[in-house]
Amino acid sequence: MPDYTLKIRRYDPESGDAAYWQDFTVDLAPERSVLDGILRARDQEDGSLSIRCSCQAAICGSCGVRINGKSALACNTKLSDAAERAQRGGINNEATSNGAIVVEPMGNMPVLKDLIVDMDAVHWKKIQRVVPWLLPEGEPPEREYIVDAEAMIDVTQSMACIQCGACVSACLSMEVDPEFIGPAALAKAYRFVGDPRDAHHEDRLRDLAEDPHGIYDCTHCFACIEVCPKDVAPMSQIMRLRRRATGDYAIKDSNNGYGHEKAFVDIVERWGTLHEAQLLPRSFGDGSLVKGQTRPAAVKQLIDSAPAALRGLARGKVSPRKVLIHPKLPDQKEVRRIYEEIEGRDERIELNLYIVGEEGEGGADDKEPVQGESGAES
Amino acid sequence: MRVAYWPGCVSRGFTPELHGSMELVAPLLDIELIELDRANCCGAGVIAEHNQELVDTLNARTFAMAQRVAGSAGMMNICSTCQGAQSECQQRLDADDDYRRLINQHLRPEGLEYKRGDDWTNKNLLWLLVEEIGLEKLRERVVRPLEGLRVAPFYGCYIVRPTGRLGYGEFPDRDRYLEWVIDAVGATPVEYAGSHKCCGFPVITMNKATSLRQAGRHLADAIDADADCLVTPCPLCHLNLDLQQPDAAKFVERPLDIPVLHFPQMIGLALGLEPKELGMGKHVVRTRDVERKVAALAAV
Repeated sequence: MPDYTLKIRRYDPESGDAAYWQDFTVDLAPERSVLDGILRARDQEDGSLSIRCSCQAAICGSCGVRINGKSALACNTKLSDAAERAQRGGINNEATSNGAIVVEPMGNMPVLKDLIVDMDAVHWKKIQRVVPWLLPEGEPPEREYIVDAEAMIDVTQSMACIQCGACVSACLSMEVDPEFIGPAALAKAYRFVGDPRDAHHEDRLRDLAEDPHGIYDCTHCFACIEVCPKDVAPMSQIMRLRRRATGDYAIKDSNNGYGHEKAFVDIVERWGTLHEAQLLPRSFGDGSLVKGQTRPAAVKQLIDSAPAALRGLARGKVSPRKVLIHPKLPDQKEVRRIYEEIEGRDERIELNLYIVGEEGEGGADDKEPVQGESGAES
Repeated sequence: MRVAYWPGCVSRGFTPELHGSMELVAPLLDIELIELDRANCCGAGVIAEHNQELVDTLNARTFAMAQRVAGSAGMMNICSTCQGAQSECQQRLDADDDYRRLINQHLRPEGLEYKRGDDWTNKNLLWLLVEEIGLEKLRERVVRPLEGLRVAPFYGCYIVRPTGRLGYGEFPDRDRYLEWVIDAVGATPVEYAGSHKCCGFPVITMNKATSLRQAGRHLADAIDADADCLVTPCPLCHLNLDLQQPDAAKFVERPLDIPVLHFPQMIGLALGLEPKELGMGKHVVRTRDVERKVAALAAV
């Protein structure tokens, strides 16, 4: 059996010493997991090496760590894959690994000891923030709530979450804004916003749209999608929250989330390509160019943005003519027609590959047809 | 090589130097650009957030136009964000025949149809250069190796994640191509923490602090790693890293003064084009030091 070297970040707050790296060499079959490697090192070399784990089958979500810089479950990462990645050199490994598999505690959360982070201080606090239980209205039925099975398809992806925190660890918005509610909790929020039994969809959405660290604080970097071991695609759930907030409830939030989406979508309908000079003022005015230049809050934001605009003008990136006049596409009427055909319908059509399967997973013939996402509920 | 060329909105809008430098660089690499001047915005993730069927139709329209360009090897873009937004739509269009038919119905009045084809691709210049043109050929064409220039790569999220959608199965090294190209043009790739992170641009109108703390932090890390400049294949990243750099400095509370090159500009410099014709004078952060180094190379 091959030898694998694990370079593990150690830290014991009680010792008073700073964190340090320690190498462990384990002799295990290539298909065994990084967790197996860590446990072997603990059993054979240092009983104080700490990691939280339980099921060892990617179900309990306990053993989240960073392997070669990427957040993952230690139990479903093979030693051979991790070693291959380490040989290649991970992206932005904090340690120079010399081919060793680098294992660190998850990011964005305080370290309690070695590979154990304080999930309570960050992850679970944020989960609590989104009221993670059903809020139905009226008297509960005598027996269970009866829901059309079709109506639950929409939330199955967000229900697959095992609360491992890998997405929280990888989140690039949280890295600069620790108050960001974050991918796991917002995916959880969609689980209830998409549930027909919940009676507070609009309240939930308004709350998350108005919070400056809510749905509009996601920087759309795909880091959570990339690391999620269960394909929950938290960022996609955040985008669905935004879609419901703007499309179904027209929640005009003070973070410009509604305005930015409306401005962008309207500009492309009108010109076909992005008229950048109008994007900011329209975003500040809930999509309206007039409001964006007259409403006091919008004017203040425009003034704040003025230095950047002036720099662009000064360097000739932007000409006054370009600011005022944006050419329409030659076939703009076709773009407008497409908008009318699609937006004129009540139903929004969404193809969720998590549900219908991606290419290669079963033939195209046996796929379920397109999933319909309900339109306005109010 | 003839390509159906989609420059994107920003390269013809607020970063005109990008489209301009691409047009100069293309013939030097034997790329014939057939510009898709009737194609629409990719949606940049925002239209996808609004209505998926709409964004898929808009991009299917662009793909259909590209597929009609006779003799083209495929479609090429010069914007990470276009790449990611369009790959997302293409993945859905290719995954499900019924869905593709539904989307194509919207294109029929215009006489267009997007056809799924295993060998039809939409590639960012970075991918095209490494995979189709080849680094060997690039090396042969270099007339001014950028020796001594320390360049920090900045990819842009949309061409590095999610790997499952972006062809990393077939091309697992796409997250290191920038380093390879920097090396091929004779410069030194700089390793630093921010290379594959987010510039923050998508939230600049919604949360300026979250946005510019990201930009500022990556710029600072590149400076601390002794980079002379950054290079990015994404014009939206360029806006946050260059146009917004003076503001980003305030959010990270330290001076920042590091130029950011567009990917074709760096190649153009190595292929003998001058900074001025590559539009480097249009950058907010002055590129003087880079220009001086390049000029010194010419003198040697």
